[in-house]
Amino acid sequence: MNRINEVFFSKKKNVLSIYFTAGYPKIDDTLRIARVLQTAGTDMIEIGIPYSDPIADGPTIQDSSQKALDAGMSLKLLMVQLQDLRKYISIPVILMGYINPVLQYGFGKFCQDCKEVGIDGVIIPDLPMQEYVETYQRTFEEYGIYNIFLITPQTSERRILRINEVSKGFVYMVSSASITGAKQNVSQEQVDYFVRIQKMNLSIERLIGFGISNKETFKNACKYASGAIIGSAFINQLSKDASDEAIISFVGSIVN
Amino acid sequence: MTSQEKYKVNSSGYYGKYGGAYVPEMLLPNILELQENYLEIMSKSSFKKEFDYLLRDYVGRPTPLYLAERMSEKYQAQIFLKREDLCHTGAHKINNTIGQILLAKALHKKKIIAETGAGQHGVATATVCALMGMECIIYMGAVDMLRQRPNVERMKILGADIRSAESGSKTLKDATNEAMRHWINNPTDTHYIIGSVVGPHPYPDLVARFQSVISKEIKFQLNEQIGRDFPDMVIACVGGGSNAVGAFYHYLNHSSVQLVAAEAAGLGIDHKKSAATTFLGTEGILHGSKTLLMQTADGQVTEPYSISAGLDYPGIGPIHAHLFDSGRAHFCAVTDEEAMHAGIDLSRLEGIIPAIETAHAISALDKFEVKDQVVVINVSGRGDKDLDTYISWGKY
Ligand SMILES: Cc1ncc(COP(=O)(O)O)c(C=O)c1O
Repeated sequence: MNRINEVFFSKKKNVLSIYFTAGYPKIDDTLRIARVLQTAGTDMIEIGIPYSDPIADGPTIQDSSQKALDAGMSLKLLMVQLQDLRKYISIPVILMGYINPVLQYGFGKFCQDCKEVGIDGVIIPDLPMQEYVETYQRTFEEYGIYNIFLITPQTSERRILRINEVSKGFVYMVSSASITGAKQNVSQEQVDYFVRIQKMNLSIERLIGFGISNKETFKNACKYASGAIIGSAFINQLSKDASDEAIISFVGSIVN
Repeated sequence: MTSQEKYKVNSSGYYGKYGGAYVPEMLLPNILELQENYLEIMSKSSFKKEFDYLLRDYVGRPTPLYLAERMSEKYQAQIFLKREDLCHTGAHKINNTIGQILLAKALHKKKIIAETGAGQHGVATATVCALMGMECIIYMGAVDMLRQRPNVERMKILGADIRSAESGSKTLKDATNEAMRHWINNPTDTHYIIGSVVGPHPYPDLVARFQSVISKEIKFQLNEQIGRDFPDMVIACVGGGSNAVGAFYHYLNHSSVQLVAAEAAGLGIDHKKSAATTFLGTEGILHGSKTLLMQTADGQVTEPYSISAGLDYPGIGPIHAHLFDSGRAHFCAVTDEEAMHAGIDLSRLEGIIPAIETAHAISALDKFEVKDQVVVINVSGRGDKDLDTYISWGKY
């Protein structure tokens, strides 16, 4: 069983996934941060592949990506940093990034290396479903890498049903019509959308992401899905203090 | 797809292997809405009537096709200038913004966003928004705002809200990123008027269709002047490639017409500071389409350079990548220095100070055999916005 499925199998509620940018704040922080996140009680980890033109991301992730790139981060280096991933990490690890660096790396090689280091899934926001099905799905499946799709408040019901079939592991519910960025609360409009999707009784698990920033927004999102994803708020924490203790206390403030 | 149409977009949004719509789910509903509606809206007779009317009485079309006699004498060729510089606002960009604002209205959008590099597309967008009474937000790189100050002020006078793009390299590609982010955050009431034949399908096709009025006019004007409706060669500059597509469009399947695209080489194609995408670029995905772009081996988009802000873009429209690959168009790389001299040349020989973008196209005359040929050069814009650049270059 893919580790992603295992998480949802053993934990039906309050699944916490945390996103951070590879190579940030220091270029060789990637594996350390992943290890501390696991120790602190995170259920799943998403590692961002830095990109020069991240159009779905707000200022926080843009900035961390640019700094990582400036320090010399690359997808190639990330794969090297993750060589020993599975010596230390048993929870699912997902790579999240834009399609262009993946294509330059070589799509087949990317999937092969993901499998080798023990990556469970990927989220590539700008890889559309049609292209995925026509060109990429077979290779993903050959290497057992899950490709996780997004849905938004604007995604049509027909499309959601299709994504329900094609997405693997879970669907990533983008919490509002927006780019990434920490927000302080969950609006009524968002709740309506969460409920609407909940009522569709999809066969696939759902995690809510974008704008989830603290215990309150996390708990709120968890009422309508199997769990939620925190990104920008964690990166803001890393920018202030990326020490092991600070990471443990950040995660603690959400799960305890 | 018929062989007749091998240079135009196919039903999946591709030109050969280039094109497509690589957008995040957040943008997909907007893109699908456009894909599903643009052809139907544009084929309505009421739409065509209003578009044609505005192009004639507001933009000032048809623009002249002028036989440049002294230039012709210099090159011993018959050189015609397609005078897009005489369009209202001073460049071809307004052909597209008129079309797209009518499209936005037909889709019941209330607000308009756009990106701009040189400011010409921003001005053309702010202009049509004023004309239609629509709210207008323009993203412009912080670096470009400094080097194109007069256009920033023009947009403000026209009532547009100018937002400085502070991310990345702070130029056109970053302004485009910011416009896309804005669209993600405002998905229902806003239309994004892209300024060139770039972006996810259907943008490259719809912009090409709006700009195709250029070659439609060249055909009948040539017919009037020389008794045949096609030249031996059409030359245009390529930033994203909209004026070039407009000038090539009705000749794409006419194989005896040589199509020449002039790219900005900046300091030279063997120099880091360049924007000559077909020479220095590789296949990848930029702003929602698969095309040729300038990037690192790791797939990071690199910052181009050209003296001309309008050609300072790291990619080209997917149709141009296809015209390049298939050999249908010939690409040349024109350095800053060559372009500036060509701009002065046109000024002295014909009394026309071209935009520096256009000056790159003029310089292509020195790179191809044109003797005894009928040549049409697309004069995409006038040089008023570039006076500061001419002045600081100074060699005139
Ligand atoms: C006068 C002029 N020509 C050409 C261009 C380049 O754009 P495109 O390649 O889309 O025609 C610009 C862009 O700003 C321009 O202002």
